[in-house]
Amino acid sequence: MKSAVKKFKGLSDKAIAWIFIAPTLILLLAINIYPLIYAIRMSFTNFYANKIGREVKFVGLKNYKKILGKEEIWEKMQITAHFVCWTLVLQALIGLGLALLLNKKFKGNELLTTLIVLPMMLSPAVVGVFWTYLYNPQVGLFNYVVNFFYDFGIFDMIGSSTLAPWSIVIVDTWMWTPFTMLICLAGLRSIPNYLYEAAEVDRASKWQQFIHITLPSVLPFLLLALLFRGIENFKMFDLVAELTSGGPGSATELASINLKREAFEKWKTGYSSAFAVILFVTIFGFGNVYVKVMNKIKER
Amino acid sequence: MDTSRSPLEATGFSRKLAATIIIVYMVVTLIPITWMVATSFKSVDSAISYPPEVFFEPSLEGYVNLFTNRSRQPKDYLDSLPPPDTWYEELVRSREMVITGPSKFLPRYSNSLIIGFGATFFSVFLGSLAAYALSRFKVPLKDDLLFFILSTRMFPPIAVAVPIFIMYRKLGLGDTHVGMIILYTVVNLSLSVWLLKGFMDEIPREYEEAAMIDGYSRMQAFFKVVLPQATTGIAATAIFCMIFSWNEYAFAVLLTQFNAQTAPPFIPTIIGEGGLDWPAIGAGTTLFLIPVMIFTVVLRKHLLRGITFGAVRK
Repeated sequence: MKSAVKKFKGLSDKAIAWIFIAPTLILLLAINIYPLIYAIRMSFTNFYANKIGREVKFVGLKNYKKILGKEEIWEKMQITAHFVCWTLVLQALIGLGLALLLNKKFKGNELLTTLIVLPMMLSPAVVGVFWTYLYNPQVGLFNYVVNFFYDFGIFDMIGSSTLAPWSIVIVDTWMWTPFTMLICLAGLRSIPNYLYEAAEVDRASKWQQFIHITLPSVLPFLLLALLFRGIENFKMFDLVAELTSGGPGSATELASINLKREAFEKWKTGYSSAFAVILFVTIFGFGNVYVKVMNKIKER
Repeated sequence: MDTSRSPLEATGFSRKLAATIIIVYMVVTLIPITWMVATSFKSVDSAISYPPEVFFEPSLEGYVNLFTNRSRQPKDYLDSLPPPDTWYEELVRSREMVITGPSKFLPRYSNSLIIGFGATFFSVFLGSLAAYALSRFKVPLKDDLLFFILSTRMFPPIAVAVPIFIMYRKLGLGDTHVGMIILYTVVNLSLSVWLLKGFMDEIPREYEEAAMIDGYSRMQAFFKVVLPQATTGIAATAIFCMIFSWNEYAFAVLLTQFNAQTAPPFIPTIIGEGGLDWPAIGAGTTLFLIPVMIFTVVLRKHLLRGITFGAVRK
């Protein structure tokens, strides 16, 4: 085969391979890897990006010790965990439920799927802005509808520190449930019909079929969807930045929002770089462990 | 789809029940979007009335406010002006204001278009080259390379924003269209390489090999045989890249300000008298969301593939 290819005219395959891959690789190295290395280097210094003349000193692990010892950071991590866990649970349940319903083929199925998917294609920042209108305590539609069913009187989803963490969970779930739904639906459609036919012959009940055939087949797909959502929500910035901008106080200050405040408002470049590295390592670590577990489940 | 019914398929009743629940969910989930579009056609007063007005007299005030800057004037000054020439001037006058000039919305919107199209073009072009090489040739450490390309998506944007901010300041790329096009190209590359590799894997190698036997070079075979075969895949990938660039907010808000700012960081800053001008924000949102909704309908067959980076192909 190899010698046959050599006979063709033009550049060798090896040369073309490198010419084709090089631009992508160079760009990724320059705009992704270089900044990351730069951030890691800065994380060991006391650099302030807004004080240009100031001497930059190497401070070793001081920034890292400071962050890991700070109670405030653990609070942010808890807020992030609350957000990630609840959005994943809700999106898994509702998404899987919708997928099961959509899998019963009925008329207009495809059109309905497309319409349901719309929210997740929108710009998160713009979604955040218009939900502040829906959540408005005086004139918001959300508040009106809730009061229509049970009269709570005036309440402020974004302004109250007990309700605000839920306000972001609701909007994220509204926006991203279609994502889990679509992926679960693909899983359901991949189950071959003969499995059910065989089960029917063996007189398995519908419930037994669901537990022993449907669920195990969908599970890898659901887990994949949750991996994507988990990573995205752990880095969540845009939606929450426009919806609550971390407030009230710091009730919804997720890790990324806190990072933005430290880096672009207080300009603590060294310190915030260390925090960024910690976040990245956390995501990467969790992601890898999760993938291992996911593959184990798939093998079974 | 298929009319042959096996005994396993849902009965009429459970199918109807499922359809009903899905329709209810669809209606509820589309209310926020519909509400924002409806608000764009309300007057400022109607938008802040309680209970919320479902039926209202349509007005284009939101759209006029979106595209213009206005200032409030005393009544005797307004009376001294010649009568308004256009309907929109008349509308603004009726609110005791005059138009002082165009707003920033149009330049921000066109920035979104320029940067979106630029970044889409480059990420799809470079992505299809890399995808082809990874799909057809023996590349050392191929799997590691592919994973590396994917892993660049795991960085929180804020984490690399600081170094990029400093780097761009040094290179003079801060707040420029070129800078943003490069940045969005790179962010989209992981998606475009993964998706396009999947699409190219599906094109039989025999096509190019036949062309090469006929005297084409590998390059010619790529441009004249493989690329045309991959048109659907390339179009789907391009739309995904476009949607991402269109919606992106974190880098835009941190790295652009006056010159190259796109629409997402701008829309929240539309402020009327006494707070946010909801009809104008509704109008901006509506105009901003329409292209994405059209794209979604066009893409519906490839959605799944796009959102999972090609991991699930159906």
